[in-house]
Amino acid sequence: MNYFPDEVIEHIFDYVVSHRDRNALSLVCKSWYRIERCTRQRVFIGNCYSVTPERLFQRFPGLKSLTLKGKPHFADFSLVPYGWGGYVYPWIEALAKSRVGLEELRLKRMVVTDESLELLSRSFTHFKSLVLVSCEGFSTDGLAAIAANCRYLRELDLQENEVEDHKGQWLSCFPDSCTSLVSLNFACLKGEVSLGALERLVARSPNLKSLKLNRSVPLDALQRIMMRAPQLADLGIGSFVQDPESEAYIKLKSTILKCKSITSLSGLLEVAPHCLATIYPICPNLTSLNLSYAAGIQGSDLIKLIRHCVKLQRLWIMDCIGDKGLGVVAKTCTDLQELRVFPSVPFGNPVAVTEKGLVAISMGCPKLHSLLYFCHQMTNAALITVAKNCPNFIRFRLCILDATKPDPDTMQPLDEGFGAIVQSCRRLRRLSLSGQLTDQVFLYIGMYAEKLEMLSIAFAGDSDKGMLYVLNGCKKLRKLEIRDCPFGDMALLTDVGKYETMRSLWMSSCEVTVGACKLLAKKMPRLNVEIFNENEQEDCSLEDGQRVEKMYLYRTVAGKRRDAPEYVWTL
Amino acid sequence: MSSQSLSSIHSSEADAVDCNLKETELTLGLPGTKTATKRPFSDTVHLHHLPNSLSKSKFPTPKEQMVGWPPVRASRKNAMKSCKFVKVAVDGAPYLRKVDLEMYDSYEHLMRDLETMFCGLAIHNHLMNERKLMESGNGIEYMPTYEDRDGDWMLVGDVPWKMFVESCKRIRLMISSEAIGLGPRSSSKCSGSI
Repeated sequence: MNYFPDEVIEHIFDYVVSHRDRNALSLVCKSWYRIERCTRQRVFIGNCYSVTPERLFQRFPGLKSLTLKGKPHFADFSLVPYGWGGYVYPWIEALAKSRVGLEELRLKRMVVTDESLELLSRSFTHFKSLVLVSCEGFSTDGLAAIAANCRYLRELDLQENEVEDHKGQWLSCFPDSCTSLVSLNFACLKGEVSLGALERLVARSPNLKSLKLNRSVPLDALQRIMMRAPQLADLGIGSFVQDPESEAYIKLKSTILKCKSITSLSGLLEVAPHCLATIYPICPNLTSLNLSYAAGIQGSDLIKLIRHCVKLQRLWIMDCIGDKGLGVVAKTCTDLQELRVFPSVPFGNPVAVTEKGLVAISMGCPKLHSLLYFCHQMTNAALITVAKNCPNFIRFRLCILDATKPDPDTMQPLDEGFGAIVQSCRRLRRLSLSGQLTDQVFLYIGMYAEKLEMLSIAFAGDSDKGMLYVLNGCKKLRKLEIRDCPFGDMALLTDVGKYETMRSLWMSSCEVTVGACKLLAKKMPRLNVEIFNENEQEDCSLEDGQRVEKMYLYRTVAGKRRDAPEYVWTL
Repeated sequence: MSSQSLSSIHSSEADAVDCNLKETELTLGLPGTKTATKRPFSDTVHLHHLPNSLSKSKFPTPKEQMVGWPPVRASRKNAMKSCKFVKVAVDGAPYLRKVDLEMYDSYEHLMRDLETMFCGLAIHNHLMNERKLMESGNGIEYMPTYEDRDGDWMLVGDVPWKMFVESCKRIRLMISSEAIGLGPRSSSKCSGSI
């Protein structure tokens, strides 16, 4: 293979961007390993405890962009107890000490302190992009440090974080010399921001393409911002409430007509339905619309708005759209690729969406490949139709709010329906199941879901066999998360080697015992097997026969972690 | 100081606070009198003719909240619209209906909807604004009653609307002739809160 000089190979490698392909390259021979290692700029680490920061920059000295993930996915739904870990500080500290020229950092489900942000902002001169998703532990003070110190900042993107709001003037901390912003998202902040500082910042950022405001930014400020930034492509509206007779509202109507480049709209966190007609003119250009936090838009207002959005590829919406509304989506948005329907009330709205809406979507939107659907009920017949109409699914997540509800027409489990999905959607990578399900559905998944990488299971199955079908069948499986299923020690221990091919396994409220977890940990030294003992009274001994309430295991080359709280027992 | 004595001090302090709260609690009685804060409808009317499912004190509670289900982030839960579904029964009707009280802003609004929901019933504004629904055909009068948070049956309209939405567990439209013993109490109170 080495007919070319290293420089040429290096140049060719520049064109290989996907992490997976780069990993494959590095396994070809020693010299490719060396070349790949020295030229890799972007690294993805799916579990911050799987490797140490030192090992990272020893191997990839040219690192510029790092993506790190912390807590298990179920942390999103409060299943991971407080204080579990996922701290980013040790990473930033180690990276700062090395001579890595970090420019981009993306963190998901990590604990980020103000101290970490402060250190980050002072350690890397050419730092450009910070994306925090579902992180916690920091305040607007940390954001102020980023704003003040990162002179070349292009992107500050805060998605669904828990941020303590000190009502500080963090936006005013961007120096006057900061003109490089391309993307700014602070929609998840609760407190007020300085509108003057925001408007000035927008005015001096000619490259700003994406701006997502929080609910404290009112309509008149929005109007002034849009006036100064007609180049925006991605807009997140905060508050959209104004008297239609007011000057600001009338001005906004004419300003919006000039914003021809907006293709993505989100937010509308506070909204008065009578104001919505103002945004109709930009709707025909939209490819992405996220109304999943716009609780104020309902029923006929929602449907009227959708009728204007003929080019949508991505739609996130609340279930108050109803089956009828989804029928309108199906007729209007024929290019739709991704749909998420979230519940608008915590325990399910009996008049919200059902299998009928999903069937309508599958008929009108053949390009659909990604679905998250919270619904009241589902039938096998509907899933079979959906599987036939949309064979391109990559992500299929269905949540029936009543977690163990059978097919209401036949009172049968939904095995056949999900079976049809995995059988016809051969590219499926992510699947979440719900409704009444037996081991049969896992037989189908093991048999057909060859590309499946992540599977979420809740309240399903009858025996160990269910889990074994999945572990034996799904060769590409990386993440498996299970709650409240009757899977026990036999399922866990039958193929322990499998877990080294996976990133992680979560099991809570299953039938696994302490003894089995201990055995697994002993057999597989490269796995960390954590069990959570939240019951403080019983901290003295863990008997082998005891059932484990929560277990999280992951492969690692870093050994046991040292920052675990007392309730975490790493076996 | 040992932790035990500390905790005993704390608990006695808590007791004291409790007592004070009792003293200052607003009641409908005269100051100083030890009457109940309200007179439940069930005290005044015998409910033995209620169907079994209704008269049992253990009414099926709304689905128990399960940690992590439905799988929705906390931030999204905050954005959700609040809702409050209660069951509505009509004496003699073989079926129940459900209404979301958060959909309404007043008693009038709710009554109008109940009227369309159970066709044949018409709002009948009786003496002193007392609320009744009347079946137009045979002249049977219905009295809207509800079970409150404490499990007592009260007359719809006896408290301000918002308080009603918070407290109401279910609604029953009761045949007036069977709802004896409500007159004086309701007529004086309803007029204020409507």
